[in-house]
Amino acid sequence: MFDRDLWREIFQSINMNRTRSVLSGFTVAFAILLFTILFGIANGLNNTFAEAFADDANNSIFIQSGTTTKANKGYQAGRQIQFKNKDLNYIKEEYNEKVQYITSRIYLNVNASFRNEKDSYSVRAVNPDHQYLENTKIKEGRFINQLDIDNKSKVIVIGRLVEDDLFLKTTALGKYLSLNGLQYKIVGTFEDDGGDNEERLIYMPVSTAQRVYGNNDYIDQINLTYNPEMDYDKAISFSNALTKDLKDRFDVASSDQRAIRVRNLAIESKTVNQMTFGLGVIIIVIGFGTLIAGIVGVSNIMIFIVKERTKEIGIRKALGAQPKSIITIILTESVLITAIAGYVGLLVGMGVLELIGPSLETYFIKDPSVSTSLVVGATITLIAAGAIAGYLPAKKASQIKPIVALRDD
Amino acid sequence: MLNIKKLHKSYPIGDSSLHVLKGIDLSVDNGEMVAIMGSSGSGKSTLLNIIGMLDEADDGEYILDGVPIKNLTEKKAAIYRNKFLGFIFQSFNLINYKNALDNVALPLYYQGIKRQERQEKALFHLEKVGLKPWAEHLPNELSGGQKQRVAIARALAANPKLLLADEPTGALDTKTSYEIMDFIQSLNDEGKTILIVTHEEDIAHMCKRIVRLTDGVILEDEKVEQVRASQYV
Repeated sequence: MFDRDLWREIFQSINMNRTRSVLSGFTVAFAILLFTILFGIANGLNNTFAEAFADDANNSIFIQSGTTTKANKGYQAGRQIQFKNKDLNYIKEEYNEKVQYITSRIYLNVNASFRNEKDSYSVRAVNPDHQYLENTKIKEGRFINQLDIDNKSKVIVIGRLVEDDLFLKTTALGKYLSLNGLQYKIVGTFEDDGGDNEERLIYMPVSTAQRVYGNNDYIDQINLTYNPEMDYDKAISFSNALTKDLKDRFDVASSDQRAIRVRNLAIESKTVNQMTFGLGVIIIVIGFGTLIAGIVGVSNIMIFIVKERTKEIGIRKALGAQPKSIITIILTESVLITAIAGYVGLLVGMGVLELIGPSLETYFIKDPSVSTSLVVGATITLIAAGAIAGYLPAKKASQIKPIVALRDD
Repeated sequence: MLNIKKLHKSYPIGDSSLHVLKGIDLSVDNGEMVAIMGSSGSGKSTLLNIIGMLDEADDGEYILDGVPIKNLTEKKAAIYRNKFLGFIFQSFNLINYKNALDNVALPLYYQGIKRQERQEKALFHLEKVGLKPWAEHLPNELSGGQKQRVAIARALAANPKLLLADEPTGALDTKTSYEIMDFIQSLNDEGKTILIVTHEEDIAHMCKRIVRLTDGVILEDEKVEQVRASQYV
């Protein structure tokens, strides 16, 4: 395959026509540059979305309550809807098949202190399933477990930043933290990809919070994940059914949007997925469009080169060049120009992404970059593109009759 | 060496066609030096192109060194040209971005000879035409006579059985023309068979045989006393 003389011929020819070769490569380089930048930006948008959802399992459904806005079944508008433990149990039993994890949530604000360090934090009182719903990563110790719930234990799991703030580089596990004057044992510390706010949280068993703060069985919010085997449409109809069911249960008008709010990430995921897909299609269309323009450009210039070299090709044929050797020269030259130009475009594009990447975060584009698989794909595409671009000119060249070429004085 | 019988060739011109060669019979033996003469349009270049396998006859028989030349594929024609023939053109037809040595080595490249050997052979032939010191020069750094000598070296490089020259002195001044003819004569002295197309009487008389073409037929075919070009140099 590797023929040193062939490459000498090609480099000699490219060298002789440097300006022209550069110009013909320019369109391809530009196409790939554009493609790389667009692709990188799309990737950046994807990263932003991915990060926005990194915090929560993306099959999550959040159920919150509020006040009614419409009178219904003899109740006046403005009634406060309050979820209780039995509501959670109801969902758990009623939709056993469709629910993967479920937890209640109570929000509290506490002043925490350990020795001389103190600060105020948000507390989430939850069930053990909460760990999976929020993608909470245990750093040390453990999460809240069922025994804690049953015993209403005064235990807490604290975020990485709480530990940093209050325990000043010493380990918090096993120590007691005072929350509003009550001592809680720290049974675990956790990390979370959802950002600093998520790591400045304290988790405690929901039953403990209910006993200590109010001695009731109220809960503020119910979070659940649906069975991941359900597709988006099934998940959406599940959450619709659930909403209707809960509205009936609390005698809320079905058109009331405030009393019971169900937020299904499936709907958002679906929208995002559709958007990303649409974006991908647009980018591929634009990218390929420009690439095709590039191919046509190279092809055109190669045809021009063949035309200009008609006489030379005629001489070569008179001296015994076979059509195959002429085709090889033209095709290889075309592939070489396309591939080199394409790589220049790719490198420049990656450089541009690297340069402007950080400043794009304001526009929801995070870490725009292209993957190795894209580079490999681009290589194959470029070689194919070069071959396509060179095909017509090479064929034209091989059909040149030496007598016609030589008569051309 | 070369045997042609009842060769016909016509070119289409618009709706009608131009009958250029109207039944040529010609045979050339080994070691001959033949001038093909005729005014422009007489068909002499067409005849040379057919002999050189650059063009194909419509009808008739052409046997070169025992091989019938008929219905050749492009590939076959390329191989035969490379093996049997050396071309010398009026306008030299050197490749302008290759130096003299590379130009001479080109037919050897198409024979698939390795680079080292190619360079040696090419240099040998350049030396033979007296241009060894100019091996690294590009064609545009050479004079017309030097260019033609590079072209002759190139034609000789593949050691062809037959040298075909189409107006080899057409682009040269008289003195240089005689120098080139002197060299071609010396090649013939060594036994090379040579065919020269020319319209100049003095050049034709430096050959050993003159074939005169008029309107596509051979009007005259005579052996002549060779005028040595060396006396003018």
